[in-house]
Amino acid sequence: MALWVDKHRPNNLDKLDYHADLSAHLKKLCASGDFPHMLVFGPPGSGKKTRVVAILRELFGAGSEKIKIDQRIFETPSKRKLELNIVSSNYHLEVNPSDVGNYDRVVIQDLLKEVAQTQQVDASAQKRFKVVVIHEADLLTRDAQAGLRRTMEKYMGNLRIIMCCNTTSKIIGPIQSRCLLVRVGAPTVPEICKVLQKVVKKEHCGPLPESLALRLAEDSGRNLRRAILMLETAKVQCHPFKDNQEIPRMDWEDFVRQVMHQILKAQNPESLQHVRGMLYELLNHCIDAATILKTLAKELIERVESNELKMRFAQEAAFYEHRLRMGQKAIFHLEAFVAKIMSVYKRHQMSMDH
Amino acid sequence: MSSSFFYRPRAGGPASAAAAAASNAAAAANKPWIEKYRPKTMDDISSQEQAVAVLKKTMESQNLPHLLFYGPPGTGKTSTILALARDIYGPEMIGSRVLELNASDERGISVIREKVKNFARSTVSHNIGSQNCPPYKIIILDEADSMTADAQSALRRTMETCSKLTRFCLICNYVTRIIEPLASRCAKFRFKPLEEKHSKDRLELICREEDVKISPEAILSLIRISEGDLRKAIMYLQSASRLMGKDAEIGVDVIADIAGTVPEDVIDGLEACWRTRDYKKISNEVSNVVADGHSASKILSQLHMRLLRTETLSSIQKAQVAEVFGDVDKALSDGADEQLQLLNMMTRVSTIAA
Repeated sequence: MALWVDKHRPNNLDKLDYHADLSAHLKKLCASGDFPHMLVFGPPGSGKKTRVVAILRELFGAGSEKIKIDQRIFETPSKRKLELNIVSSNYHLEVNPSDVGNYDRVVIQDLLKEVAQTQQVDASAQKRFKVVVIHEADLLTRDAQAGLRRTMEKYMGNLRIIMCCNTTSKIIGPIQSRCLLVRVGAPTVPEICKVLQKVVKKEHCGPLPESLALRLAEDSGRNLRRAILMLETAKVQCHPFKDNQEIPRMDWEDFVRQVMHQILKAQNPESLQHVRGMLYELLNHCIDAATILKTLAKELIERVESNELKMRFAQEAAFYEHRLRMGQKAIFHLEAFVAKIMSVYKRHQMSMDH
Repeated sequence: MSSSFFYRPRAGGPASAAAAAASNAAAAANKPWIEKYRPKTMDDISSQEQAVAVLKKTMESQNLPHLLFYGPPGTGKTSTILALARDIYGPEMIGSRVLELNASDERGISVIREKVKNFARSTVSHNIGSQNCPPYKIIILDEADSMTADAQSALRRTMETCSKLTRFCLICNYVTRIIEPLASRCAKFRFKPLEEKHSKDRLELICREEDVKISPEAILSLIRISEGDLRKAIMYLQSASRLMGKDAEIGVDVIADIAGTVPEDVIDGLEACWRTRDYKKISNEVSNVVADGHSASKILSQLHMRLLRTETLSSIQKAQVAEVFGDVDKALSDGADEQLQLLNMMTRVSTIAA
């Protein structure tokens, strides 16, 4: 039994629920016979992958959905063997080169050249080229991106690249100038509500109260995948849907909220020690350190009243998040953030007392 | 019996030739315009007068120094050296006399030691057939700034010992990333961003050849958006014409859409937030912008343009804001979270501006 998210994923361009003008543009592009390299970007849960799959279907027909998964082995110049899973059909390949970390350059160089140097075997295929889909392109190293540059021009006859990423900030300029940039914005709250209603109708599981749909959409932070997952969980918890039904929260989010209370309750070394234990607990449950920091910052900012403090907290969060990305050991930076917040908060309260 | 045996391949011959010609024509139609309109000879190159004039002079004397081309992307560095090689060797000889290596090829120290050295060492004769060939070969090292320092130092002595037989041409964006000993062995040519006039001529030529309808303002905005990068401009033009089809005229809005520039009203909204010191308003605006999928680095650069023109801030305030922008840009290119960084930027700027 598939999750609703996968089950109700639209599989062609006509069935997409929002960004109608983008779909129309893409359709025209696929029909023209000629197709550029593409860079699809947008926040998570906005439907990038869905659109890419729909484009492939539009280009190659239903054949693009017959996929298989292979494991390929690449060899680095230093004779280290790398394994990478590749999803492929007759017409396209999907890779996630960031899985192999620093060696992604090898994958890009070997794989793309191999694909580019073989022509489409099937003579009846409508298109002369194969498509390579690169997921999480913003995690590619600079070397790998540099390796893409000339390849993209040289083998344009046989090969088109579609890259998916969350932000274009980390894609180097030369690649951006070789691609058609496609922005997929997150759906708005009313759009999410509409999709949720549609899913409920298809599943035949009773009426979904408007207010509950609205709350689900708002809580998801304009992330459609999350909204549908939350809807499915809500159905398991309480069915038929009730108007004032509680929206299921992640238990780690509740735990982060406890951390926040602890920070605002007491600002001293003992409290910091206590918080450290809680942070370790979160990290041990494999929750990404950046996500912890972001959620914690959000909770803190919502809690405090003063406008000045809110601004200050946001600035500190940005500062320590940056350090976290640069550094090695997450706990140092999380703890530094907590200590800084404590000191700022305490100072603020003391100035209020005077 | 035998006649039919011989007859068949003959009948197949012209038919398959016609099919091949058709597929070649299809390939030509599918060719990206940046390849199709790449200058073929030195006379075709319309800009970079200074570099081209010097190169032409050296071509006449049949004695080429080692070359180092540097400059921003899309200014014609690769095109110039390819055109030069074609002028010198003619289309037949170019394959055997020119070795082109770029970042998509493995270019570690071992490749320099073996492949490059062997190619550099082999001698060539003066004249072959009617074509008058100079007695040297050319090795083009494209994107040389992504070579490691070790690989570059391995080139040093090779460049000198083989200078009778081989000329090197290094191409890079940042001349500072080429080690000094290499740079001092080459004649340096700086490629400037293209002037508006040249880009305009080229774009208009392409529009005429390809039968593209475009308004004059749209061409100007193309040139402005591409910032002297002709490849970007041509790429955008082709994407726009694909999107709009043959009949519709390409307007300014389509160009802005394709180039991924953030709409002016979004920037207006952010700029208006500077004046308020209200955290809630700022955070709402920022999360909407991020959810719409606009890239933070683009927002930053567009806000920066606004900053220069705005009259409400004093010079000192502008300088302080610029400093904030610098910090945030650094953090973004290190891969920090976009939302937090934008919040950070907005709150800090609003404290300065208010």
